[in-house]
Amino acid sequence: MKAFSFERASSAQAAAARAAEVQGAKFIAGGTNLVDLMKLGIEAPEHLIDVSGLGLDRIEETDEGGLRIGAMVSNTALSADVRIRRDYPVLTRAIAAGASGQLRNKATTGGNLLQRTRCPYFYDTAQACSKRVPGSGCSALTEGAFSRQLGVIGTSDACIATHPSDMAVAMRVLDATIETVTPTGMTRRIPLEEFHLLPGDTPEKETALMPGELITAVTLPAPVGGIQRYHKVRDRASYAFALVSVALIRQPDGSGRVALGGVAPRPWRLAAADAELPNGARAVMARLLDGARPTEETQFKITLAERTLAALLLEE
Amino acid sequence: MEFNEPAGQNLFDNARLVGKPAARIDGPLKVSGLAPYAYERHDVVEGQLYGYPVGATISHGRILSMDVEAARAAPGVRAVVTTLDIAPLALGMLNVARLFGGDEVQHYHQAIAVVVADSFEQARAAAGLITAEYATGDAADFDLHAAFERLQGSGDPDTLVGDVDTAFRSAAAVVDQMYHTASISHAAMEPHASIVDWSDGERMRVWTSNQMINWTRGSIATTFGIDPELVQLESPYVGGGFGGKLWLRADAVLAAIGSRAAGAPVKLALPRPFVMNNTTHRAATVQRVRLAAASDGRLTGIWHEAASHSLPGGRGENATAQTPYFYATDTMRVKHHIVAMPLPEASDMRAPGEASGHMGLEVAMDELAEALEMDPVQLRIVNDTQVNPSEPSQPFSERNYVACLETGAEAFGWSDRSATPGQRREGQWLIGMGMAGAYRGTPVRPSGARAILENGRLIIETDMTDIGTGSYTVLAQTAAEVMGLTLDEVEMRLGNSLYPVSSGSGGQFGAASSTAGVYAACMALRGEIGERLGYDAPEFSDGLVVSGDSSQALADLQGRFEAVDEMTIGNFQDNYLLATFGAHFAEVAVHIATGETRVRRMVSTIDAGRILNPTTARSQLIGGMTMSIGGVLSEEMALDTGRGYFVNHDLAGYEVAVHADILDQEVIFLDTADAVATPLKAKGVGELGVCGVGAAVANAVYNATGVRVRDFPLTLDRLLGGLPELA
Repeated sequence: MKAFSFERASSAQAAAARAAEVQGAKFIAGGTNLVDLMKLGIEAPEHLIDVSGLGLDRIEETDEGGLRIGAMVSNTALSADVRIRRDYPVLTRAIAAGASGQLRNKATTGGNLLQRTRCPYFYDTAQACSKRVPGSGCSALTEGAFSRQLGVIGTSDACIATHPSDMAVAMRVLDATIETVTPTGMTRRIPLEEFHLLPGDTPEKETALMPGELITAVTLPAPVGGIQRYHKVRDRASYAFALVSVALIRQPDGSGRVALGGVAPRPWRLAAADAELPNGARAVMARLLDGARPTEETQFKITLAERTLAALLLEE
Repeated sequence: MEFNEPAGQNLFDNARLVGKPAARIDGPLKVSGLAPYAYERHDVVEGQLYGYPVGATISHGRILSMDVEAARAAPGVRAVVTTLDIAPLALGMLNVARLFGGDEVQHYHQAIAVVVADSFEQARAAAGLITAEYATGDAADFDLHAAFERLQGSGDPDTLVGDVDTAFRSAAAVVDQMYHTASISHAAMEPHASIVDWSDGERMRVWTSNQMINWTRGSIATTFGIDPELVQLESPYVGGGFGGKLWLRADAVLAAIGSRAAGAPVKLALPRPFVMNNTTHRAATVQRVRLAAASDGRLTGIWHEAASHSLPGGRGENATAQTPYFYATDTMRVKHHIVAMPLPEASDMRAPGEASGHMGLEVAMDELAEALEMDPVQLRIVNDTQVNPSEPSQPFSERNYVACLETGAEAFGWSDRSATPGQRREGQWLIGMGMAGAYRGTPVRPSGARAILENGRLIIETDMTDIGTGSYTVLAQTAAEVMGLTLDEVEMRLGNSLYPVSSGSGGQFGAASSTAGVYAACMALRGEIGERLGYDAPEFSDGLVVSGDSSQALADLQGRFEAVDEMTIGNFQDNYLLATFGAHFAEVAVHIATGETRVRRMVSTIDAGRILNPTTARSQLIGGMTMSIGGVLSEEMALDTGRGYFVNHDLAGYEVAVHADILDQEVIFLDTADAVATPLKAKGVGELGVCGVGAAVANAVYNATGVRVRDFPLTLDRLLGGLPELA
């Protein structure tokens, strides 16, 4: 681990200002991902700004009838909150499907959105990865590479990594918005669908955040009701990243929303695919995964996504 | 003491302690964090520095140059030694890849440098600054299946009985299928770790995590070309071995080199990726299994041909290991091919060969039962044998395989299984039942111990290790039994090269062999006590030594009584085939849409002679079931065939079973007595626990779904294509 300096921020605004000002600075909250990455030499920040003590750990009701979730609310607290459990059950289900109890206790809402991909080539500093070292290429896209966990859609010739969050998939289906403070002290609102960037030629650019900008909250619109499900499919029963996950909100009239995890660089949802829900899983996936470019090893994800949704639609 | 004929009636037949449940005596130390594992032995020597390894990042070739200037200049660095600095080290016992030295790279993450620094973080940071220039070797072929196709039929069979071709031509039913198993990592919780003090370049002290004290001490001496007497090695606690710690590995070698260079003790643990790519693993296999049977189910032919990868000179993973001995058959042809590949070293992992081989043979048996329209349990019963099928003059010392099958079927409720697959559904889950047999040879090795009675307290010293199996406890039970004491009156000292050489832990020989050694030492101590007290034919019970009308409490004996002895094994055992048997039953639920498989319950029935301690033996068996669930459903060292290394080299990417995967597990011991095996009439259970469990699960998945998967691990993508259409 490279030596680094550390400070505790006094306010969100001050944290953002400092992050923009200090070369090589990063925020740290729960540290469940960043500290691992630092140990492995994947991230090497020169300065850490601890934002865990800023009081952004409350869930408040909004004037619009939704909820404003502070960026430092732990995954455990968020999934257990009675309002979330009652009105946004897909979010509780998704969070509970992720990581382990210990990690969820430490992991924060803002940090969860910012976690890095689990692509094994990203994690191995001996291999080429343009996310890790811009322009260095992609070992996952070369002959003989192991790609079974990687993405099938929204990917590019430079990167086929996925975003690993479960929480974000549920937030996407709930139309969440991210609230930030910029280094100049402005508040900005970014719809989650615009937050995670597709890799294109610049896979190192992962979010819409500007340098120094700090996530302060995630807001959920008023509850939309319906039956809310999250099915995370993986090889073992727990403590594994999704091969495919499906977040579903289904209304009594058959309409609804679908988002996928484990297949793309961001939670994957399309309005045109939502519109196909009354026509069944095949129709939804024909739209949602149109243009997918799986590898030989990820081809199964196309079938798996459709079958997982079909099973959810068959549930009473 | 020599064990030179089958044991007669002896004290273990009416035992107070041996064969009875006892909680492990080292349990409180382990659950309170006080059991000192290798990396945590902060108190054994002052001034410990931290070592960190650097591994090669090509699969094979040569190192042209290395740049260590930045590492040497980094904060806290005391020494940097590269593989170019020293001549190739000699190979220790059964190592086929060099652990250090010279410019040749034989596999990915072969150690090429060690950095020693004041702190772990400094050592790791400096190691990250080292760069190497390579001349990469010619592109290698990692296609094991293609290699098998080329090799098939070549070479002399390892076992050949009768006219196999005729048997297959005239059979009523034939199975002929290909099976593939993946490379598997031991993935022990504790990585390979050592503290080594070789500060003076003369005497070497090694605190490590190793299953075989004497072998490894010898390997260190061989590797460095020094007198074994100069090496003292301790490994009192091992956080999982599974065969991965049978041999000397790079942790101890690099710590030794680092210690010599820095002139101070050095501790070094292999980072998790090194456990995967620097140490050993169970090699992948390709297997063709052909079975021929008469209409009554009797096997008339068994053909098992397999291939596995290895570095040149290695043994690979011989998936045919069980086949010559398991079932009665008129004819048999068995052959294992080793395919040289520049991959990390393939070597022993729990039930080496058999764990993979049962996936072929016992799934094929399930397929044969279906072809014959016969119950899979019954098929195995009709093919039982009491003699070695490949050497019929040699009987099994004891074989109760049929009893395993019948007892297990009854306990499991096998009669509820539908012979037609895909018949049982609960909500969105398909439910199936499967079973498989288990066979594992059970060698017995010479084993020594020292027994000391000092001021009434019994101390046992032996270099035997406890790799989580319960050695401390079964050896204490044995000693207390023989000396007429209670368990808490025995102090066990294990895992130190200063103590008499034992069998060590491996090959499921540990418990049976080392308890016999402790028995020998305690009998010698009884003789010594009797002689010094002038007691004729002394008896030991209830804490007393008694002879005629005389008796004394052992607690009152003044001074020190000591005896060293070793149990050696007479060649009478060669007249018998010693083995253990089991029958595994599993019920699985497979999600009708996604193919997610969850093992709902398991029953294993075990025939392994006298069970020395049903509590610790059960732990080994349920551990085996757990390991096998991971092995059959999710564990695969994913090979990058372009670069020749295992990509998923951490415990996030390499998925062992987690708690949520493990539901109901039941173990039934037949608990007999095999008088040929040892004086305690005991055999091993460690390897047996991973033989056939995975096949039982795979057969249950077939019963649930009707989809026969022959490539393992049986991940959901291999099921998806065969699952029912969804409305």
